[in-house]
Amino acid sequence: MRNLVRFLTKNSFIFLFLLLEIFAFWMLIANNSYQNSKFFNSSNFFVGNFYSTTRNIKDYFNLKQVNKELAEQNAKLQSNNISSFVKVYGRTYQINDTSYHQTYIYSTAKVVNNSTNKRQNYITIDKGDLNGIEAEMGVISANGVVGIVKNVSKNFSSVMSVLHDKNKLSAKIKKSGYYGSLVWEGNNYREAQLKDIPNHVKLVVGDTVVTTGYSSIFPENILIGTVSAFDLPEGNNFYNITITFAVDFKNLSHIYVVRSLQKNERELLEQESQQEIKE
Amino acid sequence: MIRDVLNYLFVFILLVLTQVVILNNIELGGYINPYLYVLFILALPFETNENLVLFLAFLIGLTIDIFSSTMGFHTSAAVFMAFSRKYVLKLIQPRGGYEFGTTPSLQHMGLSWFMTYAVILVVLHHLFLFYTETFNFSQFFSTFGRVIVSSIFTLILIFIVQLFNYNPNTRK
Repeated sequence: MRNLVRFLTKNSFIFLFLLLEIFAFWMLIANNSYQNSKFFNSSNFFVGNFYSTTRNIKDYFNLKQVNKELAEQNAKLQSNNISSFVKVYGRTYQINDTSYHQTYIYSTAKVVNNSTNKRQNYITIDKGDLNGIEAEMGVISANGVVGIVKNVSKNFSSVMSVLHDKNKLSAKIKKSGYYGSLVWEGNNYREAQLKDIPNHVKLVVGDTVVTTGYSSIFPENILIGTVSAFDLPEGNNFYNITITFAVDFKNLSHIYVVRSLQKNERELLEQESQQEIKE
Repeated sequence: MIRDVLNYLFVFILLVLTQVVILNNIELGGYINPYLYVLFILALPFETNENLVLFLAFLIGLTIDIFSSTMGFHTSAAVFMAFSRKYVLKLIQPRGGYEFGTTPSLQHMGLSWFMTYAVILVVLHHLFLFYTETFNFSQFFSTFGRVIVSSIFTLILIFIVQLFNYNPNTRK
């Protein structure tokens, strides 16, 4: 026993090193399943507040750009508003209770922390549980898709950016309707790869890529980006497509969180039918 | 003694703030990200208890990790760097050992010694950090490029900070 103690104290440096290193790696691995790391991420209260203070200062430098974006968005919304259309047929206006069933609700939030240079990028926003944000909600900006909410604390939420190596977004070519999955390979924050588009689809550089709405996290036809390059390796059934994001992830400030009202109903139905198959 | 502790505490806070508020937002070419906080581990006095060095490295790594929500990356790299520091110090020890009361700085040890010391440890730290981040060797060369370029920028910043305290007339 005494020998053991002596051995441990003599090599305490090495053992302490191993202990701390094992602890660090444990954190690293535990962090990959996000839920375990709730306490230590930037949605925790102290760090979140720190970032919202620094962000408040930084925001003044972007005011001009943000105003411009908001004005553009207002104009777009105004032109989509039902009141800016006139019904040319019929004499009465319907009360659109059943024919326009609301499926998605948008709420605004501000980005307080953001990164683009890692393999796994997260965005922290200044709305949380108290504002009705929940995990697995979609996040978009005026220009396009941004990410998916992962962790929620009282006042902040942590959003898994599209720039995340585990991110698999389903996306389609707007013109032809063929869908594939979007993969970000971690080199360039402006570009991503679109996989699984079969070789008989006609493509042109500049084609628009939008969300499919299959997962019910994002509404259909939200802009993701445009095709910037593609090629077809010989003997391959699928294209290699590079797309350029519509969103500039380095310049995010105001974003919208999307709540789907029919998500639960839809997932329940899909689960039920899958179980029936199993039985 | 107390003054030294307070001094290092101040340096700790200053380096963490610089890192998370300014440097984490710098990415020249989406590629280069300097990590100045390693200067804290470099600058601890020679006679600091080696276990304490490990603990302090762990602490500063953890703080940086919490602020940049990259749990474990900086902690493991900083601890690894503190571990190597002991052996690097032994390796490049001047004849007659280190004088008591001196610190591993440009001021006390001179350019060539400090250069060797800083280059070895910073490159080790960055190698560890970037390869744990990628976690595979398939992008070996692009990661290696990032290590080299980021190391150069970290080193430049470290030298700039060291020059603030440099006074050629009082050099030992």
